[in-house]
Amino acid sequence: MHSNKIIELKDISKSFFVASKEPGLKGTLKHFFKRKYNEIKVVKNINIEIKKGEIVGFLGANGAGKTTILKILCGLLYPTNGFISIAGYRPYERKAEFLNKISLIMGQKQQLIWDLPPIDSFYLNAAIYGIEKSEAKNRIKFLSEMLEINKELYLPVRKLSLGQRMKAELLAALIHNPNILFLDEPTLGLDINAQANLRKFLQLYNKETGSTILLTSHYMKDITYLCRRVICIHEGVVTYDGNLEKLLTKLSPRKELSIICKSKKDIESLKNLGLDIKNVESNEITLLIKKEDIKKTLKNILNKYELEDLQISEPPVDEIIGKLLTNK
Amino acid sequence: MFNLTPYKIGTLLKTQYSNMMEYRVEIALWAISGVIPFFMLNIWTNNGLNDSLGISNIMLSRYFLSAFFVRQFSVVWVVFTFEEDALLGRISPYLIQPIHPFFRYFAQHIAEQITRFPFALIIALFFFIFNPESLWFPSIGIFILSLISTFFSFLIQFLIQSIIACFCFWTEKASSFEKLIFIPTLFLSGLLAPVESFPTFVKSWVYFTPFPYLIDFPARILSENNVNIFSGLCVQIIWIILFFIIFLKVWSQGSKKFTAMGL
Repeated sequence: MHSNKIIELKDISKSFFVASKEPGLKGTLKHFFKRKYNEIKVVKNINIEIKKGEIVGFLGANGAGKTTILKILCGLLYPTNGFISIAGYRPYERKAEFLNKISLIMGQKQQLIWDLPPIDSFYLNAAIYGIEKSEAKNRIKFLSEMLEINKELYLPVRKLSLGQRMKAELLAALIHNPNILFLDEPTLGLDINAQANLRKFLQLYNKETGSTILLTSHYMKDITYLCRRVICIHEGVVTYDGNLEKLLTKLSPRKELSIICKSKKDIESLKNLGLDIKNVESNEITLLIKKEDIKKTLKNILNKYELEDLQISEPPVDEIIGKLLTNK
Repeated sequence: MFNLTPYKIGTLLKTQYSNMMEYRVEIALWAISGVIPFFMLNIWTNNGLNDSLGISNIMLSRYFLSAFFVRQFSVVWVVFTFEEDALLGRISPYLIQPIHPFFRYFAQHIAEQITRFPFALIIALFFFIFNPESLWFPSIGIFILSLISTFFSFLIQFLIQSIIACFCFWTEKASSFEKLIFIPTLFLSGLLAPVESFPTFVKSWVYFTPFPYLIDFPARILSENNVNIFSGLCVQIIWIILFFIIFLKVWSQGSKKFTAMGL
């Protein structure tokens, strides 16, 4: 039953001891002679299971613990407590067999050698992962076609744009064909087109290789485009783990019905129907209707009023998730 | 143990060499900045201090030229690079690759030495133009032994600095600890004066430390000054093994403490 389970976390916690300093000279002197350390529990008793081939998005406000979880998963951090298994390995042991299966891509950090063209870093990474030169050449060709980069591979990294660099970073991180990808803000700082290309690439990579992808991002489009499953983290605790659609329905059980009426009189009449109003502007009104009531309400309105235009939409995902992050 | 293969080593060296070639001017300046032994030679010979040692001017100038060469090929800065990488979070991707991160730094140093070699040779050429009487060609055997000894010296210094670099896992400014060993390294290694010239009291204990084996011992081999090569090499190997064990221990403890700063 659990044969395709690739990631398992049981009661995983992580604490850091951080020195705190009071303000002012007195605080500085106190801090110099006697440092006060506070234990900060960043991750608290997390339980997660992820199947092979899944794309899972981690959602949470800044400091919620998403990146710490990713760091624990890829073996950068030792958990304080709990059991963790990734493809049958304990990540913190950093065994070569485990490291050959994973890759971590960080939007704000780079592993490419700054003064050399990316191609040199690719061959270096290939050698580190024990990939023969001819095989590495094939993989570079395959991935560069997928990522649509070619001549940039031969320019020094420092001369590349952020988007080109990010693509090259991805190629460097994927050269060993990892089964599990950890992506921390992969589209950070990229323009809209570059973001879209990257998302498309990740989806294609997942489809073609069957790899498991774990992703954190503050761009909701990354999450909605790639992830069917999301895990919401708040103050180190998992507050939701499940289908993204269900989460959106749970958080926002209503649809937006935008109506443009021919007369302002109708707008006034619509206001008095006892429905929730989101916005009124000239002869346009936006109503919030429960999803199960939408048919009935729509039928009533169409029968009663003469409309110029009508539109039904979901509230923006950013708005819903934003609410989730701020309302805990 | 470290997942090393000749292919990995070769590619690491090639890549780091390409990278170092990007900084050739900087490396030339570094090579020039390592001329302390020549200043010291000047001080020694102009003040006739070598007479008290019973070393001729020629042997002394060969010693300092050899010290210059040994220094050129045993310079280590891993603590500073590692500290910067750890503080900026650049170490994170290295930690999750199937090769020990210190091999990257090791390859960096070796590549820098290869890049530095022609510049050091030019400086030596100038030295012989101004001191033609000091010109000598060591035998192949002596040359190889001095190369081995210089490499051992580099290994000892690399391991000492790597141990200090691991303190980054506990404190942000591990390089401060390096300052503690800089002074003894400068004075006791033989860079400023042959260890033979030290007071008897210092000589009675200094050979129990690794310092004389960093510059003095390899320089004495290369300059064909009187030295017990076999016992010196054995002592170097003992220091390498000792520091390697300490490094592994400190690394294993420290990497558990890593907080992935700046990630």
